[in-house]
Amino acid sequence: MTSPRSTLSPTPRTLFDKTWGAHVVRPETPATPAVLYVDLHLVHEVTSPQAFAGLRARGRTVRRADRTIATMDHSTPTIPRARGSIPVVGGDQGAQLAQLARNCAEFGIPLLALGNDRQGIVHVIGPEMGLTQPGMTIVCGDSHTSTHGAFGALAFGIGTSEVEHVLATQCLLQRKPRTMAVRVDGRLHPGVSAKDIILAVIAQEGVDGGTGHVFEYMGEAIRALSMEERMTVCNMSIEGGARAGLIAPDDTTFEYIAGRPAAPEGAAWDAAVAEWRQLPSDDGASFDRTVTLDASQLAPMITYGTNPGMGMPIDARVPDPSAAPDAGRRQALDKALHYMDLRPGEPLLGKRVDVVFLGSCTNSRISDLRQAAALMRGRAVAQGVRMLVVPGSQQVKRQAEAEGLDAVFRAAGAEWREAGCSMCIAMNDDRLAPGQYAVSTSNRNFEGRQGKGGRTFLASPLTAAATAITGVITDARTMVH
Amino acid sequence: MTLTAERGGSETARNADGSEVRARIVRFTAPAVLLLANDIDTDQIIPARYLTTTDKTGLGDKLFSDWRYDANGQPKPDFVLNRPEARTAQVLVAGYNFGCGSSREHAPWALVGFGFRAVVARDFADIFRNNALKNGLLPVAIDAAAHERLVASLTATPGASVTIDLADQTMTLPDGTSASFPVDTFAQHCLLSGIDELGYLLTADADIRAYEAGHPGRIRTSGVGAS
Ligand code: SF4
Repeated sequence: MTSPRSTLSPTPRTLFDKTWGAHVVRPETPATPAVLYVDLHLVHEVTSPQAFAGLRARGRTVRRADRTIATMDHSTPTIPRARGSIPVVGGDQGAQLAQLARNCAEFGIPLLALGNDRQGIVHVIGPEMGLTQPGMTIVCGDSHTSTHGAFGALAFGIGTSEVEHVLATQCLLQRKPRTMAVRVDGRLHPGVSAKDIILAVIAQEGVDGGTGHVFEYMGEAIRALSMEERMTVCNMSIEGGARAGLIAPDDTTFEYIAGRPAAPEGAAWDAAVAEWRQLPSDDGASFDRTVTLDASQLAPMITYGTNPGMGMPIDARVPDPSAAPDAGRRQALDKALHYMDLRPGEPLLGKRVDVVFLGSCTNSRISDLRQAAALMRGRAVAQGVRMLVVPGSQQVKRQAEAEGLDAVFRAAGAEWREAGCSMCIAMNDDRLAPGQYAVSTSNRNFEGRQGKGGRTFLASPLTAAATAITGVITDARTMVH
Repeated sequence: MTLTAERGGSETARNADGSEVRARIVRFTAPAVLLLANDIDTDQIIPARYLTTTDKTGLGDKLFSDWRYDANGQPKPDFVLNRPEARTAQVLVAGYNFGCGSSREHAPWALVGFGFRAVVARDFADIFRNNALKNGLLPVAIDAAAHERLVASLTATPGASVTIDLADQTMTLPDGTSASFPVDTFAQHCLLSGIDELGYLLTADADIRAYEAGHPGRIRTSGVGAS
């Protein structure tokens, strides 16, 4: 790191401390939480209607529509359509989308509706437009808001009541969380990716390891990641129980932001970068907890169970519940293996799958698609396997098409679809049938998450691509072009 | 069953912004049922396919839908919410890390819709705990020893009653022992008096304006291509 650190501050502070401190409107007391200012509020169709209804019932307006932006992503169809055309969405999904449009029109909130060239998954579009910047506070009624922490922003998911609070006041009532340093040293081997880092962190620390904490990812392996890879890591902070996960901004961050629609320009850019360079945690800043991981020891990871903590190296064997450290874990593992129809000691390599899903706010950015396409070029999706490729935004889709990636996927027999959450959450028609197995680049393998009765193996885009080609769970390192 | 929660409907009880207060929660005694699993995620509490609603109500029937109904939509008789004792239950007892996963407030809405007023667990995921408190659903985290006694009592007598006292932050178990539980002071104050957090937040208006004057911020969402 060559960025200058602040030496004026008497007590060394973390990136989190600095960002939190800069947004305190009213300090926390034993009786009351802090009033924390929100710089950017992202809104989508699923978690906002009741908040707007609440606002209306109290006769309130939106305080800062100019700090708020809405998109349609969760329940939107991803069936291919002509550019700029607007699909007709029926049923409850259609009603919910129409309600968002009405709410945005009534309260003056900018909306990226279906048909807009920038529509996409809420956590893909913020960074893409340059709205996500270091040192900001960013919230959304969505737990994967942690994604934006990749820029050194304090970003976390909130409930619908809190969405209403932010709409009305641009503020939230918050108790200051504890901090946890997640240090990832060493270098990743080829074929091992950012997704494998975060799956390994969660497998090591558990799905509640970060409860009450904000993560700061650091170390050589994190510094070496691109912005899109950093977003993949921060995205799944919530799967480790942490509401937020941050990475100190550096030149990688600034290069990514520069020139985007909402990025500062000219002198304002220079001033912004100078400020952002003060954000990284000071030397000697203390964390409530520190955990470490060695990236050079990592293999591609895959989950075998029904929460994201039930993960292992792809060449390992399904663990035996009878070896679990306590009754609770034994029971959880028993239940998970029953749901997944897997046996203790079984290898996952070579396991047949029905579906491969490449998408979601974890892994649907252009670099994810490039990685998968590079492996799939000139190869075909295995007989009997359905592969969905769902870009995270319309912009990602255009870019991929300009690079000919869509042609690679299509030629391989994969479905090239429109931007949205799709089979990550199965709120539209993109879903697994009961009993089907899927390798998925998304973030949750909970029972039924990808469709009632569906069984999910979470993995990286490379693992997904390799598995699509062979039809069985495959270690991408064995088939790199 | 004795319910000492009262409606805070007097003329003088108002939120700071003048809006009406909700039912106060002080202390109640009610039957409890056991759903002994750890890491129960919000996708189980309320599956995503029911999130297309624009209301908070009507989700009680969908609570734990995938565990509760078979492929034909018929109640599975062995699932706890389908047993007779669940009909009057107001307290759900689970394992650790209850409510992990998605931030959907539909999870507490569904639990409240079913009739639950408290969830007792070893501990809770952060966002769920916040969401629950905002809907008058008490997240009661008790220690391992008390949890073990509670599980033993409810295994022996499904639907046995517990008393939850928010003012004292104690829970009385069916075996007569008691356990304490933590509650954020501010959330407790709001629940005990029936006021909501937005009412309080609105009183910070002058401070918010002062903050905004000193922090113009770098981004505007208008003009980035949205309509
Ligand atoms: S892609 Fe999945 S995890 Fe991400 S915002 Fe959409 S539903 Fe949530």
